[in-house]
Amino acid sequence: MADLTELTLSAARDGLENNEFSSKEMTEAHIDAMADAGVLNAFITATPELALEEAVASDTRRAAGNAGPLDGLPLAIKDLFCTQGVLATAASHILDGFHPPYESTVTANLRRDGAVFLGKTNMDEFAMGSSNETSFYGPVVNPWRRNGADTPIVPGGSSGGSAAAVAARLALAATGTDTGGSIRQPAAFSGIVGLKPTYGRCSRWGIIAFASSLDQAGPMTRSVRDAALMLGSMSGHDPKDSTSADMPVPDFEAVVDQGVKGLKIGIPKEYRVDGMPEEVENLWRQGTQWLQDAGAETVDVSLPQTRYALPAYYIVAPAEASSNLARYDGVRYGLRKEGENLIDMYERTRGEGFGAEVRRRILIGTYVLSAGYYDAHYLKAQKVRTLIARDFATCFELVDAILTPTVPFPAFGQGEKSNDPIAMYLNDVFTVPASLAGLPGISIPAGLSSDGLPLGLQVLGKPFDEETVLRTGRALELAADFSAGPKKWWRAVV
Amino acid sequence: MSVDKATVAKIANLARIAVPEDQLEPLADELSNILDWVEQLSEVDTEGVPPMTSVADMTLPLRVDVVTDDDRRDDVLANPPEQEMGFFVVPKVIE
Repeated sequence: MADLTELTLSAARDGLENNEFSSKEMTEAHIDAMADAGVLNAFITATPELALEEAVASDTRRAAGNAGPLDGLPLAIKDLFCTQGVLATAASHILDGFHPPYESTVTANLRRDGAVFLGKTNMDEFAMGSSNETSFYGPVVNPWRRNGADTPIVPGGSSGGSAAAVAARLALAATGTDTGGSIRQPAAFSGIVGLKPTYGRCSRWGIIAFASSLDQAGPMTRSVRDAALMLGSMSGHDPKDSTSADMPVPDFEAVVDQGVKGLKIGIPKEYRVDGMPEEVENLWRQGTQWLQDAGAETVDVSLPQTRYALPAYYIVAPAEASSNLARYDGVRYGLRKEGENLIDMYERTRGEGFGAEVRRRILIGTYVLSAGYYDAHYLKAQKVRTLIARDFATCFELVDAILTPTVPFPAFGQGEKSNDPIAMYLNDVFTVPASLAGLPGISIPAGLSSDGLPLGLQVLGKPFDEETVLRTGRALELAADFSAGPKKWWRAVV
Repeated sequence: MSVDKATVAKIANLARIAVPEDQLEPLADELSNILDWVEQLSEVDTEGVPPMTSVADMTLPLRVDVVTDDDRRDDVLANPPEQEMGFFVVPKVIE
């Protein structure tokens, strides 16, 4: 039998449907792969016993003719999603021992469709980071290495464990969440596909909150078809999330191969930063050419407020985070550090429980929301956010989708940027604008850097038009024919 | 637009985060760097622009105000660091 971990999600689905192998065999192959990949630190909690139980149950369902769209397919779940009875940490010390007695809507939807869960993946603490170095459980190592070197490379973040798990063939696919780029940027760094849906497409219920006006769940996969397949299961209206969109879920997989003939694709001139390597610029130009060759018309467009997106984000997101993270008080769940009185207990618990980046953002958020600074900072950023959304709306009167690089550079080595918060924030300079506007975006692995690391191209679409995003992404995937994968060096490391 | 050590101590207090004395100064530098960087937003002309409160083009739904999820005491009390007789326990707050 072929190596079952090398299949795409959709090929594995087809193989299960044709009884070429069982979910139990498929799941065991992934559990073995996970056991060999401890050095990558992609999982915080592995749940092999639960996964096997679910796989066996899936095989029974299939034999009875009751298989769902994802039945028996082993997935990894970012440790920001609550799954009933399994430790949920958000990669933070402050959630020590928290076993949610409920299931997030997105994971419940995946379970409804038969998916098997292999475990909870590592991430930046509370999804705050772009390198997976802020996790209380240690950094994730990118399965990719630079040519001829063994320097540990970051997988991107915050969904770094999910990205590494999918790239290293530890899971067929994974869930991620994206607040300012946390699906797309690690997908680009790890050579996989990452899709952030429109804000409201997937329910946020049961996902540990970071910045509620931005957070959105999405799939991380090894093909565009897989992203479409998984998004179909994850999406849908949920009365438990008041911002969940009450609209039908299209058959995303059905449109994937419709091509881009006749589509207009915008190329925004502002998506360049100082020092952006020429190879990124060249890949972007190549992507433009690929879409033209596939029959699309490319149009130069302008998104003039682009450069203000990142600073606006670093006011809005920390402000919301400071409010959302106020709930961690040592009373109802997680860590408690005893103090002399109630306030002292709160302060010690939070002082010890939050890592440096989370603390930094809570303090920034508290500052910009405090009396005397609210108008100058928070309100100003909210107004800039309106302008950024207007930029996109104007642009989408002219074009059907927008093509940009996902990140202005390839993945970097561990520790190279961790002492400079602003340098770290620049990872998200091309992903944050669409987050602020709530738009769908996908990152497609499209080439390699000169030192052998993956580079991604990003397609952005109109609100709730994931279909055009997927079609365009598929056209890039076909043209790029990105078949490279990381060498499995970690198997030799004990 | 820089924050000093005293300001960091004040916002840390508002945020209920204990920050050791020797970390206040480095944090003041870090936060000042970030706040100086976001200060570039002042270049943007936002005269007459409404602040965005929701990116979703929708009206918040209303529901009937009834209990939908009751009798979950044991679930609610599944995770606290300390509990007693069906209650969360906190340090004494009444002298």
